[in-house]
Amino acid sequence: MAKDWVILAEDLMKVYQMGEVEVRALAGVSCNIKRGEVVAIMGPSGSGKSTLMNILGCLDLPTSGKYILDGEAVETLNDDQLADIRNRKVGFIFQSFNLLSRTTALANVELPLRYAGNVPNKKERARAALESVGLGDRISHRPTELSGGEQQRVAIARALVNNPAIIMADEPTGNLDSKVGREILELLLALNRDNGTTLIIVTHDPANAALTQRIIHLRDGLVEEKK
Amino acid sequence: MNIGQSIIEALETLNGNKLRSGLTILGIVIGVGAVIAMLAIGQGAQDTITGAISGIGTNLLFVSSGNQTQEVRNPKPLTLGDAEAIADPFAASDVLAVAPIIQGRGDVTAGGQTMSVSVTGTTPQYFIMQNYSLLEGDFLTQDNLQGNASAVVIGPGVADKLFGRRNGVVGETIRINGQPFRVVGILQSKGGGMFGSQDNQVIVPFTTAQTRLIHRSALNEVDQLYVQVVSAQAVPLATDEVKQILRQRHRTPVGVDDFTVFSQADFLSIAKTVTGVFTIFLGGIAGISLLVGGIGIMNIMLVSVTERTREIGLRKALGARKRDILIQFLIESSMLSLIGGMIGILLGWFLGFIVGRIAAASGNPFNPAISLNAILLATLFSAAVGLFFGIYPANRAAGLEPVEALRYE
Repeated sequence: MAKDWVILAEDLMKVYQMGEVEVRALAGVSCNIKRGEVVAIMGPSGSGKSTLMNILGCLDLPTSGKYILDGEAVETLNDDQLADIRNRKVGFIFQSFNLLSRTTALANVELPLRYAGNVPNKKERARAALESVGLGDRISHRPTELSGGEQQRVAIARALVNNPAIIMADEPTGNLDSKVGREILELLLALNRDNGTTLIIVTHDPANAALTQRIIHLRDGLVEEKK
Repeated sequence: MNIGQSIIEALETLNGNKLRSGLTILGIVIGVGAVIAMLAIGQGAQDTITGAISGIGTNLLFVSSGNQTQEVRNPKPLTLGDAEAIADPFAASDVLAVAPIIQGRGDVTAGGQTMSVSVTGTTPQYFIMQNYSLLEGDFLTQDNLQGNASAVVIGPGVADKLFGRRNGVVGETIRINGQPFRVVGILQSKGGGMFGSQDNQVIVPFTTAQTRLIHRSALNEVDQLYVQVVSAQAVPLATDEVKQILRQRHRTPVGVDDFTVFSQADFLSIAKTVTGVFTIFLGGIAGISLLVGGIGIMNIMLVSVTERTREIGLRKALGARKRDILIQFLIESSMLSLIGGMIGILLGWFLGFIVGRIAAASGNPFNPAISLNAILLATLFSAAVGLFFGIYPANRAAGLEPVEALRYE
């Protein structure tokens, strides 16, 4: 049964201490996500969706609550173990692409493999990932020589290259015009269709959310309803 | 992440910001260059000075009046009698010869030219001890000595100045402090020595100097005794013998000696100590500029960490551990200092070369010596500077929280 669930999160709390005041970014969120599912996280700003995303992506630890990612209990891990989990199990896609501008598309995609230790055929795998997002002819271009849509494709290839259990996209179309944004989203959905990659998309655009199988609405640090 | 890849990546990063990297490297280049050049100059000075001292022969002792290390009341002057006693082969079997010396300054005149020179009064043995050779003529002889002769051997500098030539001067007459002397020999040039140029001197018989040129308060007083020892191995023995004789003659068998015996080894060790301190002093001052270069590295690495906070956040999100980030930034700072160090060695070598050339052009042969030790020291030190000043910025980068680093604008 645990095999079917990529994410098992129970009663996640995240409390920030802002000077004297305690801020509850998450006030007890439970959510389970199946393998191969496409889920959107929506909510107004300040609702805690970025915090939830950070915790689900193992960038941050919850103050309390249980979280099992792909069969591994996360809340007890130290920094290096978290880095390891992020490397092996999570692929991130950011609103602002976050590519290294000094290096080529290929080197950018190769980066997670470099941190993975002894991975054979790094270059070949990175090239294959770039080809799978339709950038096979752009591998030696630098990010500044690519369009916004192409840059986000490089970022997607980078998220894919380690075969992660889950891909997390934080407003992946936020910096793109609607046409290109639509293409990017289609690409992500196609990856899910073809490879069964689990996908979590944080967005505030209902049109994007409507393309997913399930929407988690957050408000004031709590799950509001499910569709 | 393996080291080779990290180094390539670090070089790419540094290459991406050429002007900044270049200026940071320049700081180290100047620091290492200064250290290398100063050590080379210090070493060169040491070589030159010890070379000059070695040139005076290993089997000589220098005896002078007074005590340099301890206070002594009314030291007795050395006398000709002391010289004769030391020269006695039954009293001091390891002594080959003794040359008494008195020295002063005098004006020499010839053909309307005047120059101020050092005047030495001594015995014929002196020429052998000093390894002098002649351009023409003869050394002073025993007859000259016994006859209070007005004979003089002159240095080549004196011949140049007074006669404008070095040949055919023997037989000419010069005046020393107004008194006429006949030139019997001209020395070959020895160049500048530790005790001033030996080319600008005149040497007269001891007896002549004593009675007519250099006046001392006591009769038969001498300034110094040069003692030639039978062999270099016998120097310690001979030193003891000389001391024994002088203690007896000066009636100081107990208590403090009122004379000093120096050997060439003593001079050497003193010179080495002095030049060693001199080298450390120069190197230390140059080291300060290397330190400043190191602070430059730290400064630029801190700026770099702040600028690349998002990059660090991203790398951490992609699975970089603390250690990976730490190594990345340490390699960058070490690369800066290592490249700077290598260029700095070349610069230091070049500076040393220039200094040597200038010294040679101004007539003081002097070779700055760049030792392998200096190069190793500077390389290690600059790498250590890079590591030391890179640790704080790298630690700061490695300690960043991924979430906050990614959010950083």
